[in-house]
Amino acid sequence: MPALKIEHVVKRHGTLQTISDVSLNVEAGERVALLGHNGAGKTTIIKMVLGLMPITAGTINVLGHHPGSAAARKQTGYLPESVAFHGALTGREQLHHFARLKSTSLKEADDLLERVGLAHAADRRIGTYSKGMRQRIGLAQVALGQPKLAILDEPTSGLDPVSRHEFYDIVEELAHNGAAVMLSSHALTELELRTDRIAILSKGQLVANDSLQKLRDLASLPIKFKVTASNDTIDGVNEQLGGERVNCQSLELLCTPSEKIDVLSAITALGSVVKDVDVTPASLEELYRHFSKVEEKQS
Amino acid sequence: MTSILSIARLELLIARRNLWVATAILLMAMFNVVLTVAGNAPTGVLGATPMTIAITSITTLSVYLLPLIGLLLSFDAISGEAERGTLTLGLSYPLSRADILLGKFIAHMVVLGVAVAIGLALTTLIIVSRHGTGAIEWAPLASLYFTSLALGATFLGLGYTISSLVKQTGAASGIAIALWLIAVVLYDLGLLGALVTDAGGDFSKTIFPYALVANPADAFRLLNMPDQSVNMLASGLGAASSVTGFFGQLTSLLLWPVAALLFALLAFKRVEP
Repeated sequence: MPALKIEHVVKRHGTLQTISDVSLNVEAGERVALLGHNGAGKTTIIKMVLGLMPITAGTINVLGHHPGSAAARKQTGYLPESVAFHGALTGREQLHHFARLKSTSLKEADDLLERVGLAHAADRRIGTYSKGMRQRIGLAQVALGQPKLAILDEPTSGLDPVSRHEFYDIVEELAHNGAAVMLSSHALTELELRTDRIAILSKGQLVANDSLQKLRDLASLPIKFKVTASNDTIDGVNEQLGGERVNCQSLELLCTPSEKIDVLSAITALGSVVKDVDVTPASLEELYRHFSKVEEKQS
Repeated sequence: MTSILSIARLELLIARRNLWVATAILLMAMFNVVLTVAGNAPTGVLGATPMTIAITSITTLSVYLLPLIGLLLSFDAISGEAERGTLTLGLSYPLSRADILLGKFIAHMVVLGVAVAIGLALTTLIIVSRHGTGAIEWAPLASLYFTSLALGATFLGLGYTISSLVKQTGAASGIAIALWLIAVVLYDLGLLGALVTDAGGDFSKTIFPYALVANPADAFRLLNMPDQSVNMLASGLGAASSVTGFFGQLTSLLLWPVAALLFALLAFKRVEP
């Protein structure tokens, strides 16, 4: 039984259908990224999972309970998009409050402050915190009471790379402790390595839902090779391999995933003429564009 | 219960840091001291006790001040959280909307209760220092204290209602000020106008007395104004006072806070974050 089970969910606002027949499961210990552009329906799904918004049709099951029921809420951690805690409170006061609401110990709150690296600033007012520090308070309250389901809505928007990295470390820890994690994000590159499965939402429909590797196979987007030789040898290399010259030393060629090994052996057959080879599989961004069918603008 | 108290505690902390507590206490203390000192200058001339004079003056002022403080404390209780994004988060925690509202209400009542208590304590101290302990009259003091809380609670509830119905804090503050003007100024003016037009007809005898106590601010004024004091609305008020009587006023002041909180809960339950 998955921790979060979304089955054929539909949401209508009047005549406008914002979510059409979405089914998605998140297992305990699994990290699922929910992708989609603004207005694709990510936040709507999250609010329905939390029981903050009624479902038009379909069912959602949170840890065996109705979404929004006391039992479901007790085991769920949630970080809303761009939350701003009251600036007049200190980090510790705010987190102690959340600990009381979750009926967990104040010591756990203090430990979490330490874990997210806020121990030194815990008794300063949140008004003086940086964006990254405020987001850490947000993440600390998600982790309170060892949730079985953690839902993070755009958790890393506006964070610098180091903060993001630390943020995902804690998310990993949550999943490691058995929580099912569902997070939505715009920052695609960071999700490549930091999630187990990717679900892409486009215009209220789920257009993809698999691991990154499977999505790559499914899309069979071309693999890009960049071969570097020297000024006088590059023309010969170009004749043998084909492809397109990018400058006077290197060329780029594309192939399907099944041709990859053939192309590689052709390149290595050229011997010492080739100085360097870069192989780039389709990035998540390209996959995302592919699945949500956004035309890539040629510049 | 723990959740309600935790919310109340957090709200009190915020109110203290935002200087709402200090502002409320300062306002009540300042006005009570000024009115008590000024009101006691011509002692004996009016034939009223010093306590009666002080309570009459404070009542007249509290009718304006308490609804204002109540609305100022409550107008952004829900809309402010909606704007900061903490409302969605709060509602995802295992507690009911009634818990959230009740927690905030308890905190704001503590602020009001402390401010009014300090104001009245100062009044009593001044009177004792001038006229000795014999001049203290506990019954009207207690009545003024508890009816002040009822009046404040009413406007806290109405403030939460506005805050839930309007999701923008700016709009909520505008509506709160409009409500304050209507309740403490325009309503009475309207009634007086109707009274003058009616010139002692049916309206004056049947509807007017009830319409007057139906406004919690007027019920509060009538209840705390002893007969011999100089009434602002003179004859009109006196007439109404005798028809609806003490029980009419008390009923109004007891029902309003409950009704206002119920409105607030209904409005808050409809909020979709």
